[in-house]
Amino acid sequence: MVARAEGGAALSARAAARPRTPAGLLFAGPALAALALFFVLPVAAALLLSVTDFDLYALADPASLRVVGLANYARLLADPTFWTALANTLTFAAVGGTLSVLVSLGGALLLQAPLARARSFFRTIYFLPVVTTLVAVAIVWRFLYHPRIGLLNRALEALGLPAQDWLGDPALAMPAIIGLAVWKNFGFNLVIFAAALQAIPERLYEAARLDGATGLQQLRHVTLPMLRPTTSFVVLMTAIGSLQLFAEPYVMTQGGPGDATRSLVLLMYEQGFRWWNLGFAAAVAFVLFALVALATLLARRFFGVTLVGAERKA
Amino acid sequence: MSRLAVALAALALSACARAEPDALEFWALGREGEHVRALVPAFEARHPGLRVRVQQIPWSAAHEKLLTAFVGDALPDVIQIGNTWIPELAALGALEPLDAWLAQTPALDPGDFFPGLLDSAVLDGVTHALPWYADTRLLFQRSDLFPGAPAGRWDEWLARAERVQARLGPGQHALLLPLGEWELPVILALQQGAELLRDGARYGNFASPQFRAAFAFYLHLFRRGLAAKTGVAQLANLHQDFAAGAFAALVSGPWNLREFARRLPTALQPHWTTAPLPAFAGPGPGVSLAGGASLALVRASKRKDAAWAWIAFLAEPAQQAAFHRISGDLPARRSAWDDPALQDARVAAFRTQLAHVGATPKIPEWERIASRIAYHAERAVREGRDLDATLAALDRDADQVLEKRRWWLARRGERR
Repeated sequence: MVARAEGGAALSARAAARPRTPAGLLFAGPALAALALFFVLPVAAALLLSVTDFDLYALADPASLRVVGLANYARLLADPTFWTALANTLTFAAVGGTLSVLVSLGGALLLQAPLARARSFFRTIYFLPVVTTLVAVAIVWRFLYHPRIGLLNRALEALGLPAQDWLGDPALAMPAIIGLAVWKNFGFNLVIFAAALQAIPERLYEAARLDGATGLQQLRHVTLPMLRPTTSFVVLMTAIGSLQLFAEPYVMTQGGPGDATRSLVLLMYEQGFRWWNLGFAAAVAFVLFALVALATLLARRFFGVTLVGAERKA
Repeated sequence: MSRLAVALAALALSACARAEPDALEFWALGREGEHVRALVPAFEARHPGLRVRVQQIPWSAAHEKLLTAFVGDALPDVIQIGNTWIPELAALGALEPLDAWLAQTPALDPGDFFPGLLDSAVLDGVTHALPWYADTRLLFQRSDLFPGAPAGRWDEWLARAERVQARLGPGQHALLLPLGEWELPVILALQQGAELLRDGARYGNFASPQFRAAFAFYLHLFRRGLAAKTGVAQLANLHQDFAAGAFAALVSGPWNLREFARRLPTALQPHWTTAPLPAFAGPGPGVSLAGGASLALVRASKRKDAAWAWIAFLAEPAQQAAFHRISGDLPARRSAWDDPALQDARVAAFRTQLAHVGATPKIPEWERIASRIAYHAERAVREGRDLDATLAALDRDADQVLEKRRWWLARRGERR
């Protein structure tokens, strides 16, 4: 969502250099109209929804709809489940997101290493989890995590370590979800990193080698700086994706045990579509939106260079 | 606004459902949607000119789909609904009251349904649906691990379960009691005579002595180590675990009659039994939940005569027995139970149990409150939270869920 908006900004920045014509508006018109109808309008409607208590009673009789102002937000902030869900989501984004980026970067570097063989084969292998259906994968992982018959516990026992109730222990359930999510998603970032690595000109490495740089120094002073735009893009997309954590806990744990894996989107889904508290669910959605917007701003601040910001400053 | 989005979604759904304009549309849920097709030819033969189109909907998506279809005015003519959804759909005004239709069909005697089942479809004296098949929960036990005649009382059952547990190995338990299910705590509360909600279902009533006693018994089962602290999401393969002796007993429903018969190893087949639930006091059996599904006529239907003919047809004892033979579902009408297919000892336990069933509060908010019961029960078991603190939290949650209902009832009172 955010990336699309930025892409749009980049286009308009470039377009500003050329004179505008009504013909341009005609070409853009249908797309803009569709965007207004299917994006802007629903978002505005959801904002209105979030200040009402739209629920089953309102569905039966519109007269029982009450405008409650910010009461949904107040109730949300007073709800310990919301804070747990928020903490879970942030934990997942921080730990899972970081792990995912590091694993994909490491994987891409390994694939790029001169010694690596059968690169495209491994790239395909690593990308496979990304294209498999999450529900099917989650069911397989549920078996892997099974306390009695699970492969993971069998491995632990073979090493003489105690078996764990991976999805049943509140302290282990979120790490278990993170494990699945990292495995499922790192292939996507890996392919992006691999492409970016291939785009780094060989002459930079040659120059570094002439200056006597070791492999580690080449990584630190050539590879990582050259990857910076890619990294900021990957971090941003991963952060946004992680904040929308839903399907993994929905299939694996239903948010349990207790609230240990309840994410914000899962909370929103339950409130909106299981209990039909659409007003309250819309409030959750806007809190999530604020969170994603904040994460984007922070990512831009910390990584400085972003796809669009650099162009504008230049 | 989201009504528009919902309406659009429903429109898309109805676009594919309206292929045959003259056919009677019937939405059936899960496996029943497959099985009921076998009854359609007999109905169509009896009513030339009528055609029935069965659309199958998975249980997991059904509740959402019914509500969105209602908003989008895309409901079919007849729907199968879980009994606990009736108050919700009735509150929306989506269901046709059936009393007038019943009056003009003397062959269909409402008194022949199990009273506990019919009761869940009757709200304020109005019949909103007809029970289709019956569902309730009772004990499934491994007779080799859990020997002896069915226990009439819980203290008796508990003493026996302790002896069973002492003989079992590590990782084995006397009872399977998945966390995240609200059914057993509620059944125990009904057995204690607890009133789950008070003041006309305006407030939670979980701190009552009766509910407290029931909940304490539930927690006791875990404290004594008779049941594993396993979540419902972690049950990988119930039948394998039961066959492997991971647990000696479980509280489950009629769907497992057929599943166990099919999936348990042949050597184990003579060694599992069913028994009605024990009671806390007096002779058993204790009360269980009145569950199952009903058939409802959609108020907006344009083919109500045909729709009623289809509902009445499915309610005939002969069709109920035929449906049992196809699906294994238990007939909701008592006279259908004379069918030879139902004369089995394991099925008979259900017949006994169905005469002793109680209903959960008939309000649209019930499912939400029930999920809070499951939530707080899980926390009490896993985190060892104090009993009174748990019940107080449950009352707080219920009161919050019921806030709109209190407002709505007060407003309705003012208008009258």
